[in-house]
Amino acid sequence: MNRPGFFPVWQRNFLVWKKLALPSILGNLADPLIYMLGLGYGLGAMLPEIGGQPYIAFLAAGTICASTMNAATFEALYSSFSRMHVQKTWDAILNTPLGLTDVVAGELFWAATKSFFSGCAILVVVTAMGLTNGPLALFILPAIVLTGLAFAALGLIWNALAPSYDFFMYYFTLFITPMTLISGVFFPTDQLPGWLALIGAWLPLAQGVALVRPLLAGEVPADIALHVGVLLATTAIAFTIALRLTRRRLLK
Amino acid sequence: MAALDVSGLKKRYGDSDVVAGLSFAVEPGTCFGLLGPNGAGKTTTLRLCLGLTAPDAGDITLAGRAIPADAQVARAKVGVVPQFDNLDPDFTCAENLLVFGRYFGLKDADVRQRIPALLEFASLTSKADARIATLSGGMKRRLTLARALVADPDIVFLDEPTTGLDPQARHLIWERLKKLKSAGKTLILTTHFMDEAERLCDRLIVIDHGRKIAEGSPRELIATHIEPQVVEVFDEAAGTLPAFVDAHRQLADRVEQSGETAFFYCRDPQALLAALAGADGLRYVHRASNLEDVFIKLTGRELRD
Repeated sequence: MNRPGFFPVWQRNFLVWKKLALPSILGNLADPLIYMLGLGYGLGAMLPEIGGQPYIAFLAAGTICASTMNAATFEALYSSFSRMHVQKTWDAILNTPLGLTDVVAGELFWAATKSFFSGCAILVVVTAMGLTNGPLALFILPAIVLTGLAFAALGLIWNALAPSYDFFMYYFTLFITPMTLISGVFFPTDQLPGWLALIGAWLPLAQGVALVRPLLAGEVPADIALHVGVLLATTAIAFTIALRLTRRRLLK
Repeated sequence: MAALDVSGLKKRYGDSDVVAGLSFAVEPGTCFGLLGPNGAGKTTTLRLCLGLTAPDAGDITLAGRAIPADAQVARAKVGVVPQFDNLDPDFTCAENLLVFGRYFGLKDADVRQRIPALLEFASLTSKADARIATLSGGMKRRLTLARALVADPDIVFLDEPTTGLDPQARHLIWERLKKLKSAGKTLILTTHFMDEAERLCDRLIVIDHGRKIAEGSPRELIATHIEPQVVEVFDEAAGTLPAFVDAHRQLADRVEQSGETAFFYCRDPQALLAALAGADGLRYVHRASNLEDVFIKLTGRELRD
């Protein structure tokens, strides 16, 4: 038999998205851009250069990563939860030859895809603003993919545990928001107490930032293998946990 | 070989045995009914048969495959109409079928070719491009049935396929299910509607508390478990029913009372009917006994919530 695997699940979500693609991209773009332009030019006007670059350029790299993270997280939480719990789309799929691994993997790759659209949209704007420096910026694309995958997998863990939409707020207040503040999105982590900076450096958002910021500045990032490795490991481990928890939830 | 063979099936949740040693077999090309009150274990049994949850004990063979080990392979030959509609609200009717076909590994071109026939089978040809939210309950059920047929399955599971439908919609579904059976499909059906089971099922089992309590064709079950005739006597607010029941109990083989109605189960109701002809303040209906009488005798009259 021809076993289609996760692809039709990804395809299903893509088909839904395609119907509302433009408003979806613009909607995802507006919020991070407002922050980036507002803080970048408003706050940035009062700030010195950071590591030899203007604050807006520093912030642009952080915004690409934070925006990717947010898009992957929203998709893996709210949208996946709608499909799993409200619309029972997953139940319908599980009555076909597809298995739960296909469903959860399809959701993982879809959330990563959607976050890739978001990260790319920001990158395009940033490029149009003249904030990229040379062709190395193209390597930001795979960095966005890796960041999106890691946060999609992490979001799916929380999705598997959530009793309702309200539960997702805790994920943002306890995990996403503090991480955004200590991962070097808005300001360099050397402003933080040493222990906090150390925690921040290991978080997946910081791994993405560590890749994207130098690439945007036209430099080769340090410790590429380490950052890529941490993001891939986060994806693999989080996906395994998410799959196990979802199995316990749906197929007990 | 049976389309579905279940033996010694057990499933426990917490400290309740939801399925407690169930065995049955479904012959290919027949309609098999799984009947029981709410909470009897019907839906859990279906989930076990589809490999959506692992049994604590017992063996299941579906379409020649061991379940749950080979469930994904077996499900390629199976269509499912679930109890609650889970059509994709973001898609049109035709898109629902197309997307579902992909889950079976079908090529888009092949599914597109099948869509007109599937929509026609569901009497939804004019709704091909309609969104799900615009469909009535009956249309949604029919589309769910068409969706279950997208990969031309040998076996179709139907979990309460007509619950919540009006009589017209219900009759249309029944007619379509008969058509599927004459096309050689095996149907496995759960229902609360005894007339539905009587019309459609070649064989059925009644389960309660996860155990099989009766098995046979609807006719056999009626012949085996219950007197052939029923006289239902209703009190018309005169309050004379209890006295009538006491006085005429011996005219029936068995009498059951439920609220303002007494059910006299008899082999020969002539004497009882004569007595009723002269009784004031009582109304009655004389009918042949049916599967619902059997069901209530086997599972009791008290509510199951």
